[in-house]
Amino acid sequence: MAKPASSLTKRADSLMNWVDARLPVSAFWKATMTGYYAPKNFNFWYYMGVLSLVVLAMQILSGIFLTMHYKPSADEAFASVEYIMRDVEWGWLIRYMHSTGASFFFVVVYLHMFRSLLYGSHRAPRELVWVFGMLIYLALMAEAFMGYVLPWGQMSYWGAQVIINLFGAIPTIGEPLTEWIRGDYFISDATLNRFFALHVIALPLAIFGLVLLHLVALRENGSNNPDGLEIKANKDESGVPVDGIPFHPYYTIKDLFGISMFLLIFAFVIFFWPEAGGLFLEHDNFVPANPLVTPEHIKPVWYFTPYYAILKAVPDKLMGVILMGLSVAVLFFMPWLDRSPVKSIRYKGMWYKILLGLFVIAFIRLGMLGMAEGTPAQTIEMRVWTFVYFAFFVLLFFLSPGAKTKPLPERLTH
Amino acid sequence: MNIKKFSALIGILLLLAVSLPVFAAGGGPLETANINIRDVAATQRGAKLFVNYCLSCHSASYMRYKRLSEDLGLDEDLVMENLVFADVKIGETMDIAMQPKDSAAWFGKTPPDLSLVSRSRGADWLYTYLLTFYQDENGGWNNLVLPNAAMPHVMWQLQGIQKPVYASHDGHDVIDHLVVAKPGLQSPEEYEETARDLVTFLEYLGEPAQLKRKSAGVWVLLFLALFALIAYALKSEYWRDVH
Repeated sequence: MAKPASSLTKRADSLMNWVDARLPVSAFWKATMTGYYAPKNFNFWYYMGVLSLVVLAMQILSGIFLTMHYKPSADEAFASVEYIMRDVEWGWLIRYMHSTGASFFFVVVYLHMFRSLLYGSHRAPRELVWVFGMLIYLALMAEAFMGYVLPWGQMSYWGAQVIINLFGAIPTIGEPLTEWIRGDYFISDATLNRFFALHVIALPLAIFGLVLLHLVALRENGSNNPDGLEIKANKDESGVPVDGIPFHPYYTIKDLFGISMFLLIFAFVIFFWPEAGGLFLEHDNFVPANPLVTPEHIKPVWYFTPYYAILKAVPDKLMGVILMGLSVAVLFFMPWLDRSPVKSIRYKGMWYKILLGLFVIAFIRLGMLGMAEGTPAQTIEMRVWTFVYFAFFVLLFFLSPGAKTKPLPERLTH
Repeated sequence: MNIKKFSALIGILLLLAVSLPVFAAGGGPLETANINIRDVAATQRGAKLFVNYCLSCHSASYMRYKRLSEDLGLDEDLVMENLVFADVKIGETMDIAMQPKDSAAWFGKTPPDLSLVSRSRGADWLYTYLLTFYQDENGGWNNLVLPNAAMPHVMWQLQGIQKPVYASHDGHDVIDHLVVAKPGLQSPEEYEETARDLVTFLEYLGEPAQLKRKSAGVWVLLFLALFALIAYALKSEYWRDVH
């Protein structure tokens, strides 16, 4: 005979009390979910954070299943990927989830970073949230680069060749450094093996730890919002921010909708457009790696091409490498480069809209030029957009303190 | 940023995007293959052509005969009788007896494995390649999209022999088009059909799971659309007390 529901609830409660006395589950849930107040005016851009987490989870899960069948050896790697695509049950789905996931990771991370530039999420007191985010971005680039080598196609091989040789531009230690990275005099089985180790263990572990720090730092001050106002500045008598709502259930449920819309797009690409016209899976990478045959046109995957274009824009190799490194490094300083008294683009005035618009166009255009063949006209264009890219930071630093701002509202606009 | 400005920005970006031909094709202009991967009969005819004309020099080492029989709706016995000439079992892959070292010595280059050629070259390239073999002045075979190809025109008896017609271009003589100098067993239209069948098979060979992928995808998208709808309704219900 079934017990009455009230008795079941009592039992569940006493079990929860038992656990809570030993592990603070309820307290943690309250601190981070039901008792954590988030601004009520989040818009589209605020889905990107949770979507990055969703993609990270999918990459780890699909990655686990790929490692069950993949062989990290120069002789077998390419064939083992085709084995996954053809002979493993639903292997093609696991592989496409992982390859499409890599590109979508960068899509959501770029949009996530752009959100920060829109609303000033990196500004005080959230500088460390941004810095940890940038470290995640760096680790993610390394993760993606090494993952791309693993299928051991022509682009895996020659892409790795080009990228690793960049370190060779460093005076004196350059050559020994490239050998140390490759573990050989050329890209070989040894390189593939160590990249596999870094790709499946070291870097995911680093990313996981950094994501944790990113979230702990975020929860300390709470999320920023499209108005760039601090909701904690305006609390009611019980200490609850008047413009805040509990993260759970409001944002968990809203995110559920965001995630389902994201998955709809993601699934469309996986099932109907997995190569994305050569952007996500490059045509040349369906040819096994051949150290004796250089492909006509070597280019990295789309998410690296803006930086690749900056590299190619400079005639001198060492200067190109330095400028490329600088183009990523300068992003770390965003919290201190923007000195405007207001955070959000909504109250900054026209100058910031133009500046940010140009920056976005420069980034996308550099990305496109980075995958092009590289005619002389394109090289000149790359230089122009490289200049615009860096001008954004310089102008931001000098224009932001003095520029006229719009008056901030008392409460969030909703 | 309001929606108007945002769409204006997207518009500008799209304009920039179309102004740059990112995927420039090498070689000559390509014909459109116009294949239909769902045409099982064409794929079957292509499989027959493949084993007859390609599989003696080219392997398809990632493809199993058994998979062929399952995907093309052919009896295993039928496959063994009509498509398998080597002494292999149905579960084995489409390998060849020719050793890479020997073929490299005979042709100057080992004929590449064709399992993934449709994914690296694309259907249009393959179709054009099969159509544009011609006999050059030295009497040897040549090709418009792969100049100085090491491969002879193995289907010349079907297509016949094509010769180039030159036109002057900036003071240089370049090939303008090809004409059939000696007709083959098939008319040009029939041969185009043959090439299309073969390319259909190669396209299938590149990713045998693609038909299953697309049909599964429809259900996945339907499920997710329904899920999104319910999630939206749930969200609206909860958020009523926020608004």
